[in-house]
Amino acid sequence: MGVAKVIGLETEYGVSGGTGDPIMSSSQLVTAYGHLGSYINWNFDDEHPGADARDARRFTSVAPLIETHIANTVLTNGARFYVDHAHPEYSGPEVRRASDAVLFDLAGDEVLRRAVTSVANGFGSQEPLIIHKNNSDGKGNSYGSHENYLVSRDVPFDDLISAMVPHFVSRSIFVGTGKVGAETESGQRREEWFHVSQRAEFFEEVVGLETTLKRPIINTRDEPHSDGDSYRRFHVITGDAQLSQVGIFLKVGTTAILLAALEEFGPRAFPASPDNPVAAMRTVGLDSTLASNFRLTDDRIMTALDLQRELLGVGKRYIDSCGGDLVGGDEEAHLIIAEWTAVLDDLASDRAAAATRVEWLAKLQLLEAYRDRHDLPATDPRLAAISLQWHDLRPDRCLQNRVGMRELWSRADIDTAVVQAPRDTRAFFRGEVIRKFGDSIAAANWDSVVFDLHDGVLRRVPMMEPLRGTSDLTSNLIDRCATPEDLLRELGV
Amino acid sequence: MAEQERIHKTRQQETVDAQEAVRVDASRHDQLKNDLDELLDEIDEVLEDNAEEFVRNYVQKGGQ
Repeated sequence: MGVAKVIGLETEYGVSGGTGDPIMSSSQLVTAYGHLGSYINWNFDDEHPGADARDARRFTSVAPLIETHIANTVLTNGARFYVDHAHPEYSGPEVRRASDAVLFDLAGDEVLRRAVTSVANGFGSQEPLIIHKNNSDGKGNSYGSHENYLVSRDVPFDDLISAMVPHFVSRSIFVGTGKVGAETESGQRREEWFHVSQRAEFFEEVVGLETTLKRPIINTRDEPHSDGDSYRRFHVITGDAQLSQVGIFLKVGTTAILLAALEEFGPRAFPASPDNPVAAMRTVGLDSTLASNFRLTDDRIMTALDLQRELLGVGKRYIDSCGGDLVGGDEEAHLIIAEWTAVLDDLASDRAAAATRVEWLAKLQLLEAYRDRHDLPATDPRLAAISLQWHDLRPDRCLQNRVGMRELWSRADIDTAVVQAPRDTRAFFRGEVIRKFGDSIAAANWDSVVFDLHDGVLRRVPMMEPLRGTSDLTSNLIDRCATPEDLLRELGV
Repeated sequence: MAEQERIHKTRQQETVDAQEAVRVDASRHDQLKNDLDELLDEIDEVLEDNAEEFVRNYVQKGGQ
């Protein structure tokens, strides 16, 4: 039995400027933004079983914070905004549709822009902070953009591996954001001056638990953040952080449909994996001609486009027989299939059309035109500068927003999503109680909210079911409760 | 050459159609090229003055 594909996206942003210390800069961003509203701490209970929620403390001042994981807050849109490693990270709220995943990912970009402004207001004397939504610095350091999908616990993990490896190897052709120059030893052995994917060359294993070293195509982290007997949270670390709205929609929509198809049909409905998945993924990631092929374990030879066409066939068959209930409804499902079909057709025969959605291709067209105009060699540093500035989140600096890529959401939609949680998952309850009772909330995380009524006792409201806590189920309750005491009494906590 | 031969072999009306299509294609191509030229002018202005130095100094710590 399949389960609704509850989805969440995480982005680690590149940060520069400020004091020059990225951990300090990230902490400034999170604390300054957090203090625009109620600063709600993250509750680590489910991540460190020994931790006690009573240890959670509210921040009372904007102190320089050095330790990783100290600056950590929860927003009224249900997202988490915090410092991870040496980057500011926004983890969007749980959503049920790929199109909503796009919206709340874009809201994260806006949160970062507003955080930069808050820091500038509070720390005016330092250099301004600059944020890039990208995945590598061009010098061999990579940081992630991760996807999470709710999957039935009934699916054996080995089936996830065999079914999903072909997708993660080949989807870079519409997920990649493109970059100039190789950064790893294996990439540098090749001739290509332009890579389709920022992330692909950093992958070294097929399966593993790591996310920062020896990165695996299939990540085995098992933190369900929900009822672990029913669900698995499938954690995907292979993707590029996209600015292209249709690009994000395709990344998430295709993956969600294939996971639902796996739950329904099992792994035998899927094409075979490449016999060397890591090598195939790297090859796809650096080949802007899309002509490279690789051998599958069933001895067929395929390009990434060939493999994607077979996966599209699996997705279509699933939607035809089961409808779109698990991926956000029939309309959403048909839109995903239509966009998926169109992008594969255009990548094969009309690259100019594909460039209105596929970010690496739009970037490549710009770089090629710039090279032609100034007759530049591929090594000219201005090309790397364009490639980096493409991802700059400052609207007057960003290059991606100037090339006419198709959009799905308006400025007003995004502004609303910065403060308003999605209505159809538990993110609604989290966001709304933070909005209404923020001063009485000691901490929150994905599967609970901890209230502090200042009477010496912390009260935890568990939210183990991602599809409860929706607007339908809780908005009347929250509306009629004037105080947090009323709310907890009604909830029986 | 193959394209020219094909056009010569078609009936007159088809030749006119094909030529029209080529003209339309050419003008669309010119328009796209003009747009791109304007865009490239803008990018020259938008690109950081110290862009090359910025790229050199852009070093991030590895993350997830």
